[in-house]
Amino acid sequence: MNEIAPTHVTESAMPMCARSPDGAPAVDPGPDQALCARAPIGMLCELTHRCPLQCPYCSNPVELERVNVELTTAEWQDVMRQAAKLGVLQIHLSGGEPTARKDLEDIVKVAAEVGLYTNLITAGVTLTRERLAKLVEVGLDHVQLSIQDVDAENADRIAAYKGGMKKKIEVAGWVRELGLPLTINAPIHRQNIHNVGRIIDFAVEMGAGRVEIAHVQYYAWALMNRAALMPTKEAFFTAAKQVEEAREKYKGVIVIDAIVPDYYAKFPKPCMGGWARGIVNVTPSGRVLPCHAAESIKTLTFDTIKERPLADIWLNGEAFQAYRGTSWMKEPCRSCPRKEIDYGGCRCQAFALTGDAANTDPACSLSSLHAQWQAVAEVESHNPNVPEFKYRRIGGAAKTPQSHNVS
Amino acid sequence: MAETSEPRSAPTRLIVAGDTVLALPRHIKLRHDEGRGRWIILAPERVFNPDDTAVEVLKLLDGQRSVNSVAETLCQQYQAPLDVVTTDILAMLQDLTDKGVLVKA
Repeated sequence: MNEIAPTHVTESAMPMCARSPDGAPAVDPGPDQALCARAPIGMLCELTHRCPLQCPYCSNPVELERVNVELTTAEWQDVMRQAAKLGVLQIHLSGGEPTARKDLEDIVKVAAEVGLYTNLITAGVTLTRERLAKLVEVGLDHVQLSIQDVDAENADRIAAYKGGMKKKIEVAGWVRELGLPLTINAPIHRQNIHNVGRIIDFAVEMGAGRVEIAHVQYYAWALMNRAALMPTKEAFFTAAKQVEEAREKYKGVIVIDAIVPDYYAKFPKPCMGGWARGIVNVTPSGRVLPCHAAESIKTLTFDTIKERPLADIWLNGEAFQAYRGTSWMKEPCRSCPRKEIDYGGCRCQAFALTGDAANTDPACSLSSLHAQWQAVAEVESHNPNVPEFKYRRIGGAAKTPQSHNVS
Repeated sequence: MAETSEPRSAPTRLIVAGDTVLALPRHIKLRHDEGRGRWIILAPERVFNPDDTAVEVLKLLDGQRSVNSVAETLCQQYQAPLDVVTTDILAMLQDLTDKGVLVKA
């Protein structure tokens, strides 16, 4: 960090994977000031849950949405217009694999026209240079490309997709040739954590301006595969040291964002920067969520964009109001001096492990479940018998795990 | 290790000095957020909130003027000592350059 803090510019980092042409079009009536003051900055759009990769730590829900329930082109375009009017600044087009939608260009075009900064979060393996050029032409601002490892064989095994890594290197080249900024996103876990230093070197070599060392967060698919993914505390600290060294070495060359696994953190993470505070998520079928994992909280009900306007859901939707701010908190959160720093941690994790989303996240040392929760990571990460991956696929959670080389 | 199709020279950190000419790259967008009544800088997965001074400086970075020239304009405008202004904006511009918000024009 800079000691001579240039106080003239403050920064809001967007939590997780979360933009504007130089001027909004002349026909734009302009956003509503009162609404914007409370509006989300970023919107994560899961355009589809279809994906050619099968990464066992996928952030999508275990119950994947099928193609026949996906929003239409016109519906997604309307979501973009509503988002801009509400005051959203950046959109993250994700999935699944967003390029699986043949109308991605039509969605990006409208998003760019209404002044949203557009970020494509892609695995890259199904992209062509022509398609990427077309996306740039209609206004795409940034590409975040995922990699599974730097060692191609291991990367392809983790994603269960042969030849994936080779294709990704090609795509990274196209992004730079077309003049777009590139972020490399690398989910980190037990089976690639030894390569953190090389992953950062790789991102620099690819010409990326930013790299995310994104330790896997253990929900949904990753929670199911936790015993195959959890790194040891020792491995985590070695990787953290490598990140610090790389930050020094590559200062001014690449921005390194590291997302730590909360099993090894001192305090729980302020998930999404606080529930319903800065980010909104729209699923393939149009359900509007405060976080991409929120549907795992079975006690909540969610509105859909098909039945209610985005602004109304954001401001008044039951799921959004449930844990917004701090008034819902119980002890020890309620009287905690950190309550507006970490917001009691992650609601989904609290629900999954305690049965009540309003409880303190077990990641917090003040949770009665904390010691037990940490012990699980300790035991699993040191287990020499690493279980096989349960690969991410529709219905995959129920099937017996298969080995790699699924074509 | 993966190989790139074309070898590239290793990128290095740009050290901002008085004669450096800076500009915002195409993908960094300085714009006025009407709804919130403030200026913002949109960057890959980041939003920066510049104060009035920063906005003034960034608007002067037209890809032609050096840091020194920008400092001179500001010190006339605000009737502040040149060395104070220069030190202040150099620190800010170096930080923004390190974060990829500014590049050499």
